Amino acid sequence: MMNEIHLLSSVTELMEKACTMLPDDVHAALSRALETEQEGSIARDTLKTILQSARLSRERGIPLCQDTGVPLIIVRTFPGPAMFAIETAVVEGLRQLTERGILRQNCVDPVTGRNTGDNIGEHVPQIHFLPAREATSIGVMFKGGGSENVSTQYALPHTGLGADRDLDGVRKCVLDAAFQAQGKGCSPGILGICIGGDRASGYLIAKETLFRRLDERNPSPVLAKLEDAIVGQANSLGIGPMGLGGSTTLLGARVASAGRHPACYFVTVSYSCWATRRARIELDEKGRIRRWL
Amino acid sequence: MALTSLTSPLSPETARALRTGDQVLLSGRIVTARDQVHKYLASGGGSPVDLRGLVIYHCGPVTVRQGDTWRVTAAGPTTSMREEPYEARVIQTHHPGAIMGKGGMGEATRAALQSEGCVYLHLTGGAASFIAGRIIAVEEVHLLEFGRPEAMWVLKVEDLPALVTMDAQGRSLHHDIEHASQEILKRLLNTPFSS
Repeated sequence: MMNEIHLLSSVTELMEKACTMLPDDVHAALSRALETEQEGSIARDTLKTILQSARLSRERGIPLCQDTGVPLIIVRTFPGPAMFAIETAVVEGLRQLTERGILRQNCVDPVTGRNTGDNIGEHVPQIHFLPAREATSIGVMFKGGGSENVSTQYALPHTGLGADRDLDGVRKCVLDAAFQAQGKGCSPGILGICIGGDRASGYLIAKETLFRRLDERNPSPVLAKLEDAIVGQANSLGIGPMGLGGSTTLLGARVASAGRHPACYFVTVSYSCWATRRARIELDEKGRIRRWL
Repeated sequence: MALTSLTSPLSPETARALRTGDQVLLSGRIVTARDQVHKYLASGGGSPVDLRGLVIYHCGPVTVRQGDTWRVTAAGPTTSMREEPYEARVIQTHHPGAIMGKGGMGEATRAALQSEGCVYLHLTGGAASFIAGRIIAVEEVHLLEFGRPEAMWVLKVEDLPALVTMDAQGRSLHHDIEHASQEILKRLLNTPFSS
């Protein structure tokens, strides 16, 4: 039986860590990128500032970015009353972290224009429950508005890009998305890409692939090769960190595929800024954190 | 590269002397303004702060109230391009010394910077802790009805490093990089990938 107090504490710790600590795989990728940029270049200075700021956030427990984003919460649990307790803990945790200045007030009512002030609103937060037989896990991702604004979806064939309904067409769309984003999504970015699906599932799956670590090889050799080609070619565009020039435009690309309707071939690109905020935990039967995933 | 010290408010003459690529250390009084404030000012709303010569910062900070005062814990730049429909009007009406944000701005702003003697300063997006460390005081806050992230925060900064990426001569580093990368993109689109 999940204990409400344990759950609130676990969920709050999860969200606070996600918001303040740059994941180690992203940190490692940024450190490697720093070595590839020329001494004295704007690109190198920018990456140095990024790493310095990430260190300050980790040491002082302050948000990695002032845009603490919009939360996406993915819960895998055995269906039952624990789901209600988890939902309550997430909502209360968001309120408390907003009150403490760990999260910015990022929920605006689009009809009245008023900021709700506590990160809770219509359809916010988005909590997705998936059935699981084994232990309960909770993943959270806070994605900022700038990176959401440059995320995009293409319907193939695309005449302007000369993109057909094949993997080369996918490559063309993704390169165009990286070009369109320039520095506006806070490069070097990570692209979550969904090939197929529908208008709604494409965006969700693309975003969910951003939970995958950068050092995790895609189990599909075809998609792994596509990921490598995308990163290599995007980095040759010369956009660089923050769009100020350089050889690091992307830190990674994570591709997933989803069954599509015969009439539809969507390519969805979810852009994550370098300040990727994601974390996952596994809970024990009382709702305490058993381990970080 | 040599660092130029810059104090806000600054004169159009100071702004005109800056060049794209110059690194500056900014000190003085700056004012945040993002989406709602820009829309409000561009549609004729009066500014609660005299913006002449000041640096307008595209930023929605994380703020904590401490008794009667405020503390800013994270304050990186937001994407400036969203203010493109409004910025030229704001510059022509309020005569700020500089616009500061990330990602650069478009043609209308570039023309206004040139005609009014103003520059665009670029900060590293996401470097929110680093930048907040250079904010030494929250002096005032206005237009809180737009919500805390969108209010006008009057901040005092000291030695904040920034890069001039659009100058009053009409040059824009963002424009240059976008055009160069577009040429490379065209070549890549014409080179097929074999899986």
